[in-house]
Amino acid sequence: MIRVTRKIEFSAAHFYHNPNFSAEENRRVFGKCNNPHGHGHNYVLEVTVAGEPDPETGMVLDLKELKEILQREVGERMDHRHLNYEVPELAGQIPTCENIAQVIWRLLEPKIAKGKLDRVRLWESPDLYADCTAQSSGDGE
Amino acid sequence: MSQALKVSLTRRYRFAASHRLYRPNFTEDQNQRIYGKCSNPYGHGHNYSLEVTVFGAVDPATGMVANLGDLDPFVEREVVHAFDHKYLNQEVSEFREKVPTAENICREIYRRLKGFPRAHLERVRLEETSNNSFEFDGEIGGRELHKP
Repeated sequence: MIRVTRKIEFSAAHFYHNPNFSAEENRRVFGKCNNPHGHGHNYVLEVTVAGEPDPETGMVLDLKELKEILQREVGERMDHRHLNYEVPELAGQIPTCENIAQVIWRLLEPKIAKGKLDRVRLWESPDLYADCTAQSSGDGE
Repeated sequence: MSQALKVSLTRRYRFAASHRLYRPNFTEDQNQRIYGKCSNPYGHGHNYSLEVTVFGAVDPATGMVANLGDLDPFVEREVVHAFDHKYLNQEVSEFREKVPTAENICREIYRRLKGFPRAHLERVRLEETSNNSFEFDGEIGGRELHKP
C-alpha cells in the first residue's frame, strides 16, 4: 500500500466559547482563546490517501483531482472565514483543531473516489497539530 | 451511521541540553569506537525538539482531546524544566546509570509523561538534530512499558 499526502493552507479566524459555561469558566478553560473578538491562524492541512497504484497510470489517485477536492471542500469553506460564524458544519461546536480535523474528515471521506482517506493532519501552528483517522477496533475508548 | 474517528493532538516543546555517551564498564578504546566524538570527555549539547502525542475522546464541552492549559504545564514540569539547560549525565538522576542516547531520553520522557491524567499518551518523538529523530510509543520488544 502507498500513502499519498497533499498539503493545502488556509487562514481563518476563531475563538473558543461554550455558552453553557460562566464567563469565568470560559476564561479559565479557554484562556486567551476565549477573547470574543477572535484571533486567527495560518492552518496547514495535510491529507493522506492510501491505496495501491493503478497499474495503468502508476498513481494511487490523481493529485490534481485531490487538490481540487481540497480546494472545493476545505479552501472555499474555510479560507479567510470566521470558523465560529461562517462554517455551518462547525455550528454548535468549539472550533478547535480536533473538531476542525473531524469536520474535514467527514467532508472529504465521501469525495475520495480512488484510494481511501487515511489521515487528516491539521496544523494550527508549527508547534501544534491534530490527527484524525478512522478508529480501528483496537482503539476502544 | 457516521464512522468512528480517532483524534490525537501533537504538541511540540523544546529544550537544550548537554550529554556525553560513555559507559564506565567499557574501555576508553571501546567508548571511542562505539560512541565516537559523542564520547568526548567534556560532553556536547543539542537543541532537542520534542513532540508529544496524546489521544482520547474529544470532550464536547471544550472540543478538546486535552487542554493545552493542562498538557503544557505537565510537560514543562516533568520534562522541560528537568532537562532544559542541564547536563543530562549528571543532573537527571536516571542518566547517572543509563547512557543518555536519544533512544534512552525518548524512553525516559515517555515514562515521565505516561501518567498524564487527561488523555492517553500515544507517542513521543524526539529530534536531536534536524537529521535525527526518535520515536517511542511504549512498546519494548512487543511489551507495553509498565507505568512507573
